[in-house]
Amino acid sequence: MEKKLEPKFKEGGKFHKFWPLYDGFATFLFVPGHVTHNGVHVRDSIDLKRTMSVVILALVPCLLFGMYNTGYQHFLAMGQTPEPGASFLYGLIKVLPIVVVSYAVGLGIEFAFCIIKKHPISEGYLVSGILIPLVLPADIPLWMVALAAAFAVVIGKEIFGGTGMNVLNVALVARAFLFFAYPTYMSGDMWVSMNDRKGYEVIKEGLVDGYTGSTLLGQAADANFNGTFKNVAGADISNVFSDAFFGLIPGSIGETSALACLIGAAILIITGIGSWRIILSTFVGAYVMGLIFNAVAGSNAYMAMPAHYHLVFGGLAFGAVYMATDPVSAAQTKLGKLIYGFGIGAFAVIIRVVNPAYPEGVMLAILFFNVMAPIIDYFVVQSNINKRVKRFKLASNGVK
Amino acid sequence: MGKSIKIKKGLDIRLVGEAEKVTVSPDSVDSVVIRPTDFHALVPKCLVNPGDVVKAGTPLFFSKKHPEIQFCSPVSGEVTEVVRGAKRKLMAIRILADKETRYQQVNLPSAEGASREEIVAALCANGLWPYIRQRPFDVIANPNVTPKAIYISAFDSSPLAPDMDFALQGYGTEFQKGLDILARIAPVNLTVHTSRTKSEIFLKAKNVDIHTISGPHPSGNAGVQIHHISPINKGEVVWTVNPQDVVIIGRLFTENRYNALRVVAVTGSEVTRRRYAKVITGVPLRALLNDNLNHETNIRVISGNVLTGTQEPLDGNLGFYDSQVTVIPEGYEPELFGWALPGFGKFSLNRSFFSWLAPGKKYTLDTNQHGEERAFVVSGEYEKVFPMNIYPVYLLKSILANDIERMEQLGIYEVAPEDFALCEFVCTSKIETQSIVRRGLDYVMSETE
Repeated sequence: MEKKLEPKFKEGGKFHKFWPLYDGFATFLFVPGHVTHNGVHVRDSIDLKRTMSVVILALVPCLLFGMYNTGYQHFLAMGQTPEPGASFLYGLIKVLPIVVVSYAVGLGIEFAFCIIKKHPISEGYLVSGILIPLVLPADIPLWMVALAAAFAVVIGKEIFGGTGMNVLNVALVARAFLFFAYPTYMSGDMWVSMNDRKGYEVIKEGLVDGYTGSTLLGQAADANFNGTFKNVAGADISNVFSDAFFGLIPGSIGETSALACLIGAAILIITGIGSWRIILSTFVGAYVMGLIFNAVAGSNAYMAMPAHYHLVFGGLAFGAVYMATDPVSAAQTKLGKLIYGFGIGAFAVIIRVVNPAYPEGVMLAILFFNVMAPIIDYFVVQSNINKRVKRFKLASNGVK
Repeated sequence: MGKSIKIKKGLDIRLVGEAEKVTVSPDSVDSVVIRPTDFHALVPKCLVNPGDVVKAGTPLFFSKKHPEIQFCSPVSGEVTEVVRGAKRKLMAIRILADKETRYQQVNLPSAEGASREEIVAALCANGLWPYIRQRPFDVIANPNVTPKAIYISAFDSSPLAPDMDFALQGYGTEFQKGLDILARIAPVNLTVHTSRTKSEIFLKAKNVDIHTISGPHPSGNAGVQIHHISPINKGEVVWTVNPQDVVIIGRLFTENRYNALRVVAVTGSEVTRRRYAKVITGVPLRALLNDNLNHETNIRVISGNVLTGTQEPLDGNLGFYDSQVTVIPEGYEPELFGWALPGFGKFSLNRSFFSWLAPGKKYTLDTNQHGEERAFVVSGEYEKVFPMNIYPVYLLKSILANDIERMEQLGIYEVAPEDFALCEFVCTSKIETQSIVRRGLDYVMSETE
């Protein structure tokens, strides 16, 4: 089939315009029979498709758990007992369309850009396309998903030149876009999937008495916070840390379970595809900042909240493992990665605790450090350069 | 006192096809080819015409820029062909070899009493100079410059590389003579490997500083050794010579003739009898590979190793600097969902392939690129196989941006393309790092000389 189709897409062929599209599909099906021609004669088996598919694999625990939790929170809010099978099915029905829309819109735009610019189709969006749904609430209208994916691909990536050239994490660009364009949809009461909504409004009908839809971070940021957390049914949570660690709390689809994120982290670190330096230093940064707030807390219940809660609440684990580690937008040097990760963790907690307008600070912290990463690297590389310059000066003064 | 260097970063690519430690001498060679293109940045001026009769040691061409550097015929016989390429560029000179080699008479200064200048002149005039290469730029050394030091790596760590201990067996006198001669020009540094090097020829060499290094490839690259012994600063020049070429230099003074005999390892998964062969520079590869291949089609013949060698047709010839021939399968076959398979049999630095569970396994690698070229995406990858205190990606990007000042700051003078070969091998984005470095060096060279 390849032999028959290929000439039509090659130079002079009828569909030459669509060569990137053909090439994209052909190389998706087959690792191409391209051989080395310059330089090394053998190559490592790794390529970008492999790298990206490992990241997707690492995201599967979050995706599956996210589907389950979507249903779990829904049935809890409805005052029903969340059966595992029904919960997962409910989540599947809710989440799958978001994933499909994200991929369809994002890849569609990416293909169009590649055809216009005559670039080969790059693999970057395979990961972005699954990350975007996982950082959105389950009840998000699909048109918003489409709009966010389009914005992220065009403004977040393609205007910089495509995969590998972007400054900011593409999936976070999508989330930030929705966060600022439709704030009411992305905060407050959006985190539990309802039977019915009017826009962002909650239809109270059918909900359990005492229903509360805000996330743990939302509760902590509340002025009346006294140190105890409630679940969606309004009951006190007895063991907050373990619920948050396993992820049975309201939040974006994929971010709630720290455990699922840790499984993903293990996959990324063992394969060497995610940077352990960034993941570890992000957690350390958040924990240290949490401790600092504990020390100066006084009567402020949020500041006094145990520092390790920060690691499992909200999107910190998800951001540390999947977002901060995006190699294109992160720092590139070893030392730079440690500084970058620590900064993200610390800033995320500062934004959470200090700024009541943003109960969740991970997204903004990562975006901020995406921008700072080249500057961090600049200083690290500069110290290497300074060593060389110093050596040169010594040598030219005749010292060996 | 020599230094003791430990490197951890690097990678030994475990290939099937190491040469057995047996030396054979192929039947008499009927023709050899000397190619000016083996010498990077050389502009040659031809001295012979088809029909000319030459002896071993007769100059065939010289460098236009440094006319004292002569390139001599390794055999005696008749020049049968002068191959020219586009714009009459001299590509190759073919010589039909005599059965019995006749050598050009050489007039040498006595090794003991000669001045530095006399030794340099003798090496230049008799075709030995091209064996001496310089850093920066990785080109033939400039004979008018006195280098800071000369570096010799006593072992080759690249994939399937010849064992230098074995290759130099019996050539201890010549090797030491070569060292003595070089030591009269500049201080000589010899680096041995803590576990690979066992031969007393290296360990007990005199007139040199002996350094030790441990660790995987590229520990045998002179560039890595120099970087850890005494890094090259802007304006400094060091020279490098391969151990087998030191022997050839030594022979000029022990035998009074240009005798470019060397021991070549015939390696690779597609070779039937993998052995060492004693041959002359420029020998046709057929002399080494005839009746010695599993099959003659769909193979890649490389003069050199799989990382830095040159692709040659089966009818091609051994490169001037090469002590190894490698034959591996071509990899034209597309692989269905190859990127998604578990990859038990796929060699990779990356542990997303389950082959990492079999650490000692040897692989038959073909020439498939395993993916298409992409922009830089993955970070920290090159650093795992680049044992120098240099930021490889930043250096590459400064080269791509043609920013000479930045290249200097980031250490371009310390590197040669071969130092980036492993980066190129492991690169997820399939970027051709060696040719980028070559381009950078050429650009700096053109702007600074």
